[in-house]
Amino acid sequence: MDDLLADFLTETNESLAELDVALVTLERTPDDADTLSLIFRMVHTIKGTCGFLGLPRLERVAHAGENVLGKVRDRTLAATPDIVSVVLTGLDRIKAIVAGLAATGTEPAGDDSELIAALNATAAGNPPVRKIAAAPAPVAAAPATMQAPASVLAPTPAPVAAPPVAAAPAEASAMMESAAAAETATGTGPNTVQTIRVTVDVLEDLMTLVSELVLTRNQLLQLARTQENSGFTVPLQRLSHITSDLQEGVMKTRMQPIGNAWNKLPRIVRDLARDMEKKIELVMIGADTELDRQVLELIKDPLTHMVRNSGDHGLETPAERRAAGKPETGRVTLNAYHEGGHIIIEIGDDGRGLPVDRIRAKALANGLATEAELASMTDAQITRFIFRAGFSTAAKVTAVSGRGVGMDVVKTNIEKIGGTVDLKNMPGQGSTFIIKIPLTLAIVSALIVEAGGERFAIPQISVVELVRAQREADRKAGQSSDSVIERINGTPVLRLRDRLLPLVSLNALLALGSASSEDSGAYIVVAQVGVNMLGIIVDRVFDTEEIVVKPVAPILRHVTMFSGNTILGDGSVIMILDPNGIARATGVGAGTESKMARHGPTETIRSGERTAMLLFRAGGEQNMAVPLGLVARLEDIPREKIEVSCGSPVTQYRGKLMPLVSLSGNVDESKPRQPLLVFTDRDRSMGLMVDEIIDVVEDRLNIELSAARPGMLGTAVIAGNATDVLDTGYWLMQAWQDWFRFNPKNATAGSARRVLVVEDSAFFRQLLMPTLGAAGFQVTAAASAAEALRLRDGGAMFDAIVSDIEMPDMDGLQFAEAVRAGGSWASLPMIALTAHSEPRDIEAGRDAGFTDYVVKFQREALVSSLQQCLSEPVTA
Amino acid sequence: MTTDVLERPDATASDGTTDEEQVFVTLTVADQLCGVPVLGVRDILGEQSITRIPLAPPEIAGSLNLRGRIVTAIDLRRRLSLPPPPAGQKRMSVVAEQAGELYALLVDQVSEVMSVKSSAYERNPPTIEPAWAAFSSGVYRLEGRLLVVLDVGKLLALSDVG
Repeated sequence: MDDLLADFLTETNESLAELDVALVTLERTPDDADTLSLIFRMVHTIKGTCGFLGLPRLERVAHAGENVLGKVRDRTLAATPDIVSVVLTGLDRIKAIVAGLAATGTEPAGDDSELIAALNATAAGNPPVRKIAAAPAPVAAAPATMQAPASVLAPTPAPVAAPPVAAAPAEASAMMESAAAAETATGTGPNTVQTIRVTVDVLEDLMTLVSELVLTRNQLLQLARTQENSGFTVPLQRLSHITSDLQEGVMKTRMQPIGNAWNKLPRIVRDLARDMEKKIELVMIGADTELDRQVLELIKDPLTHMVRNSGDHGLETPAERRAAGKPETGRVTLNAYHEGGHIIIEIGDDGRGLPVDRIRAKALANGLATEAELASMTDAQITRFIFRAGFSTAAKVTAVSGRGVGMDVVKTNIEKIGGTVDLKNMPGQGSTFIIKIPLTLAIVSALIVEAGGERFAIPQISVVELVRAQREADRKAGQSSDSVIERINGTPVLRLRDRLLPLVSLNALLALGSASSEDSGAYIVVAQVGVNMLGIIVDRVFDTEEIVVKPVAPILRHVTMFSGNTILGDGSVIMILDPNGIARATGVGAGTESKMARHGPTETIRSGERTAMLLFRAGGEQNMAVPLGLVARLEDIPREKIEVSCGSPVTQYRGKLMPLVSLSGNVDESKPRQPLLVFTDRDRSMGLMVDEIIDVVEDRLNIELSAARPGMLGTAVIAGNATDVLDTGYWLMQAWQDWFRFNPKNATAGSARRVLVVEDSAFFRQLLMPTLGAAGFQVTAAASAAEALRLRDGGAMFDAIVSDIEMPDMDGLQFAEAVRAGGSWASLPMIALTAHSEPRDIEAGRDAGFTDYVVKFQREALVSSLQQCLSEPVTA
Repeated sequence: MTTDVLERPDATASDGTTDEEQVFVTLTVADQLCGVPVLGVRDILGEQSITRIPLAPPEIAGSLNLRGRIVTAIDLRRRLSLPPPPAGQKRMSVVAEQAGELYALLVDQVSEVMSVKSSAYERNPPTIEPAWAAFSSGVYRLEGRLLVVLDVGKLLALSDVG
């Protein structure tokens, strides 16, 4: 019986969550037979199971609800908002009873006769007005929606507004998704994908075991490294691979679509809209983006809070919106997608944006900053005050938000799981919060450093770069090429590319009390904390290692500098530093924002802006450069690690063979070590052998001379020297002939025309920008179709669009249709980039509205296509 | 519950009196014989490499790796306000579990498992030092020496220290 009840509770809770969503969908599209029968079936199942399990109270409520739904299904009743409200009230009651059942194992006592009467009256076809009026008084637990019958009935209830499908492509895709979801649900029969239910505990235990296995594997590998030609090498290699696969597999079992955290939102937004008398439409994109369930649990509440905020503070009333020339229905958009090892969640609204003046006044009133400080801050810096404790600008405290415990809690919770929150504000056009969180908390990549004789791990996510610097004491002795740590009244700072980077010494911060390394050089780990940069001075830097994060013992929780601890491959225990904690302890990011703010994750990059370039030398004295963003890693490998396979040099890299390409054609075999630039895309890597890695500089990338030499894009003046800029694509082709067929996307063009590049792969985006820049175009890049459309809505204008075809969420064809459907870009030339050049594909592209079709990485073809498109008037 | 299993042969055999027996892991710290109830002990470790934890309370010696689990080591000498051990002395650890977490008590020497009669129990003499009184739950009179019973729960209750 207990098992049965437990199963029933699990199933019912799932159904109830789905029901909320489905009912709100139904309200918007009352004629959707699929949604309706889905709802009917779920309520019916709950009712039927209750009878079987002997739960009379639940059965009666479910039965009354089913009656109403039955009439709606039979078309005797129309699914008006009022009827849906009554049914939702019934569902709330069911939820309350189920919660009681879960807590005590028996049905809680209570009287449902009024609710059942209201449901029955609705089913009998009485006009909803009377039912609404009759229901609220007796039904004690009725939600807020029920309590304002008169005012709700006066204006047209929000969700009835015809959905403006054509105007909103993003929304259209969301609707398609929900329709697809409904379809899947309808098709759910005994013969869908086979699943079994496993308790979360089992998975957690499994994950712990795998984590231990990974550690043990690392230890074995470390041991094996010291023994040449041991018989263990081969089986160990295999064990290593299997462990990695196992780890991946177990991680997958913990992954859940983020949509699970969004389930409740449609209902919340709907109730909010009714309470606030606003018209709100919730658009959810990327609901199937997966992340670790542990992370999912932790972001649920912050997300709900932020969506509420957007609806409450962000969106205006219909009257205000009309006055501002916007559609009456405000839109709250949730967008989730993967980027690297992270998941990005954007919560945006098209409302009034954050009131910078009010925030400024409030910050002053609360003593968070002085007038002089505020005067020197940008608007973006001022808006970030909302993340401070006790800050709420809502003029009045509503039931929904405005209690002043909000964004600071959200920020703290997100930082707790190693994530960051950022904010984009466009006054009058809305605001967007951008959350970046790791996919999983269990295993992270970390940089191992040493300070004061102790080793520490710093999560790779927050490490931006490493700088080698001289301590001030040896300034005279130090070489001029090294950076020097300078001091302002004893506080260390570093000049890094013409900016001052605040530094903290790990030694001093952690009171390690060892001054032994004062005489040698130091390394500075440049870490990103929110929008701030912070340099952490350490004595030595070791390697990066995959570590399993374990929480610290409870008696150490008050030491906020650590986010956990772990066991390294050599069996030793090591503490994991929390850059957020370090920043808090040192005051970085507390008040004024550092000028070192980096680009937000979705910020568009203009090619005229400064780009970080890696300088190196290969086969000559002249400096060469490559955009740093293209380089995955710098390595320095011993010469004997280079092997020859099929006549080409290769090396074993992270368990795989990586092809090596020599830039100069001949390799200096005399040097004991070989510096490598490693380029990675998806699961492929290649190493470019160079003579010497010089520096990283940030400069405008203006390619002035086109290349006569294959493999070079051209020559640019970087840091005052003429520098050859590497054509990464050429060298990738040297290593993997099929690189671009395998993972396609690319282009070229010329004459100060503005080109928008829409490309989901950061790698090829970075590759396209200099290529097109070299051909004379002014390039703007967008990472997704949705981002591109936001640029359009933001009023950006271009002369041409180059778009990838294969992209997640909205692909190139859908994007083209969306562009052609209207708006300021409707008649722009659009060029598709693709790996497929079958006539059929080309036709599909043309049908969608593409002007031309170019096979990826045919630069000449892309450039000439662009030139042709731009010289001719385009007819869409 | 299984005291008879752990009973040592040399323990005075029960002669029909109703004397119950308690079993302790005995250890020495600064030459004082102490005991912790055997059922609370998870492991006995020899000399271990211990990672220092910066900014932690001074009683915390660091953390160590026990077969893949991270164990927080607490220095019993510091906890009992005793002077540090002579340089070079190897130290042993008694591992205990508290609320799902493992802790290692660093002691000078772990000797044997001993069962003692309940009748030999006495409460702490009121005159012993407060540092000891706080962590001891009584004393057993043994032949020729005294066994101080340590209360592991109180030893690990460090939260108010930091």
